[in-house]
Amino acid sequence: MNIPMEAVLALSGVLFVLGVLGVLIRRNAIVVFMSIELMLNAANLVFISFARTITPAEIGLSGQVMVFFIIAVAAAEVAVGLALIVTIFKAKKSIDVDQIHSLHG
Amino acid sequence: MFLEAQTNVLFQLAPWIIAFPLIGMIINIVFGQRLGERFVGAVASSAVGLAFVVAILQFVALQADSHGAHIPVAEWIAIGKLDASWTVRIDTLSATMMLMVTGVSTLIHIYAIGYMHEDVRLQGDPGRFTRFFVFFNLFVAAMMILVSADNYLMMFVGWEGVGLCSYLLIGFWYDRGEGGIANAVAGKKAFIANRVGDFGFLVAMFLMFTGAGSLQFDQAFTWAAGAGPEQAGLITAIALFLLLGATGKSAQIPLYVWLPDAMAGPTPVSALIHAATMVTAGIYMIARSAVLFGAAAGASQLVALIGAATALFAATIAVGQFDIKKVLAYSTISQLGFMLAAVGISAQVAGMFHLVTHAFFKALLFLSAGSVILGVEHGLHHQDGDHAGFNPNDMREMGGLRKRMKVTFAVYLTGALALAGIPPLAGFFSKDEILAEASHLFPLVYILLTLAAFLTAFYMGRQIFMVFFGKPRSSAAEHAHENPPLITMPLIGLAILAAIGGGLNLPGLHSLAGWLEHTLGHTHILEFNFQVAGISTALALLAIGLAWLLYGRKPMEKGAEDPLKRILGPVFSGIANKWWIDELYGVLFIRPYTALSTWLAEVVDWKFWHDWVHDSVIAKGFRGLTAWLSMDVDLKVIDAIADGIARLTGALSERMSALQTGYVRSYALSMFVGMVLLLSYILFV
Repeated sequence: MNIPMEAVLALSGVLFVLGVLGVLIRRNAIVVFMSIELMLNAANLVFISFARTITPAEIGLSGQVMVFFIIAVAAAEVAVGLALIVTIFKAKKSIDVDQIHSLHG
Repeated sequence: MFLEAQTNVLFQLAPWIIAFPLIGMIINIVFGQRLGERFVGAVASSAVGLAFVVAILQFVALQADSHGAHIPVAEWIAIGKLDASWTVRIDTLSATMMLMVTGVSTLIHIYAIGYMHEDVRLQGDPGRFTRFFVFFNLFVAAMMILVSADNYLMMFVGWEGVGLCSYLLIGFWYDRGEGGIANAVAGKKAFIANRVGDFGFLVAMFLMFTGAGSLQFDQAFTWAAGAGPEQAGLITAIALFLLLGATGKSAQIPLYVWLPDAMAGPTPVSALIHAATMVTAGIYMIARSAVLFGAAAGASQLVALIGAATALFAATIAVGQFDIKKVLAYSTISQLGFMLAAVGISAQVAGMFHLVTHAFFKALLFLSAGSVILGVEHGLHHQDGDHAGFNPNDMREMGGLRKRMKVTFAVYLTGALALAGIPPLAGFFSKDEILAEASHLFPLVYILLTLAAFLTAFYMGRQIFMVFFGKPRSSAAEHAHENPPLITMPLIGLAILAAIGGGLNLPGLHSLAGWLEHTLGHTHILEFNFQVAGISTALALLAIGLAWLLYGRKPMEKGAEDPLKRILGPVFSGIANKWWIDELYGVLFIRPYTALSTWLAEVVDWKFWHDWVHDSVIAKGFRGLTAWLSMDVDLKVIDAIADGIARLTGALSERMSALQTGYVRSYALSMFVGMVLLLSYILFV
């Protein structure tokens, strides 16, 4: 099955915009995190699609490596982020990002 | 070969001649006060005695190798062309001085142990005993530096060193004398008169460096000997300035005035410094610079004339003095005049010969005079009552001491006859050699010196008759008694030297001439001149006879006037008042100088510099400037700048902190907007 490149890039664009909107609009910290994951995966999708079409195939390999790298970093980031959210929840009994603003100037 | 090696070893010992007196001095400074007079005297005397031994070793070495040696001790000044080092120069001339100075010094040191023992007690201050010997050793060290110098600068160090010791020792009883200050004033006078001479020496050195480019003796002499006629003026100037130095140190016209006052020091000081050694430094220096003076004939003639004039002038003053030491002081000036005249007519050997014999008999005379004074002071303390106003130096208070102080009389007579030039004593040969040379080379000098020799015999006869003959003219003289052997033994030693010293350079043998020839180059040897010798001996005997007629035949009564006053009338008061030279100098130099310095101090320094320049101009101006700087510049400009920067930063940061809201979403939005802007810039621009 051959999916055209434009479709993949469009899907990726849609996912990325959804991610941005989620970060900017939603107030639940976990949802903000999920939106960040959405943006990361949109980027992964672009890497994958370009890696598949590029020649010679050896250069495309580096795109796939980059994807694994991003998945690993995203996992680490989620681990730290969730730990932070848990701690914040313990202190404030809430994970609403609009209520966490004690670092204002 | 063996002998040569040994000679070198002996020459290497030469620096010890300076070191021994210094070591003695240091030992006495450190331990002297604790270990007592016996120790101090022994250390000081043996230090000088060891120096004498070293001098004898140098003499022995010079017998084997008459060229002498230069023993470098240390580097000193090496700047550009100037290279002055501490080098001990051993040659026949310096060895002669070393032998004479250390030999006479040893005897005088031994004498001084006894003399100062009495003196510090009679004056009531025993604590000064140590200080005396410290200064005395320092003097010998400085004198050794002077005579062993290899360049003019090192000689100058010794020159100044002996001047310092002279000053310290003239003012040894600095709280005594007229008004409690006269001795200190005498020391100051000596120092200042010497400074005038030292100034001459310094200028001579500067000129010499300009011309010769070196202060080392041999180099300077080579330059002077080989200089062309265009350099003659410079050489003459050098010689004249050196002469000024010599007139200061050797007490010649016009700077002799300090030496009579220098008698304020203890008598061993007068004997050692102001008769035998230091005052001969000028003669030694001119003899050493014989080549320079040989190249400046005019200056040499002036040297001879000054010497002859001083010899006669001082001899006339000596005739009218009543202080036993003042007579000897003027006699010393006169005899130094003889020596200066001798080196002036380039009879260096005769000058050095007279220098050595004079050291013997004049040291003897001074020490004997000290013995007389001590004897009289003993007589004074023997009786009860008030002694204020009694001057133990006054010959009018003496008389008849011949029977009371037999040894002193015998040695005094020996010294006086030697000084008067009666054969076969030392003074006859040396003085006669000068007269013979002068009659040959410079008749005017000869006439002046012969007259001076006549007066010499007269004042010595007068002194002998006044002091030792007749009846005692005071109860102190009546109770005077002889001194212990520690004092009389050195006198006997010096008396023997004064008697046989003529043997150094007997006519026909000329041993001293042959000895000094190694250093001075060719010295012309004059045969014994019977005519000159006959005239001077006859004149001396005539003068002594005259003295007997006036003072011996009918001895002076107590309180009587000097018989010479009847004969000479107003001339005698001129003599007794030293021809008013001190007063003349007072009017000519001292009073204008004092007035000038008072004016400088009060008007220029105080009113102008202090009151006006400092207080009005500088202080007021500075206060105004600082007030303006602090009130206007600092407060209004500098502080305003600093405050402004602080306020600006505060205001800016207040506004900037509004950007930091603390809402994560607003940060994310800024990042998003920023990223969009960045990307649009990359994509579209």
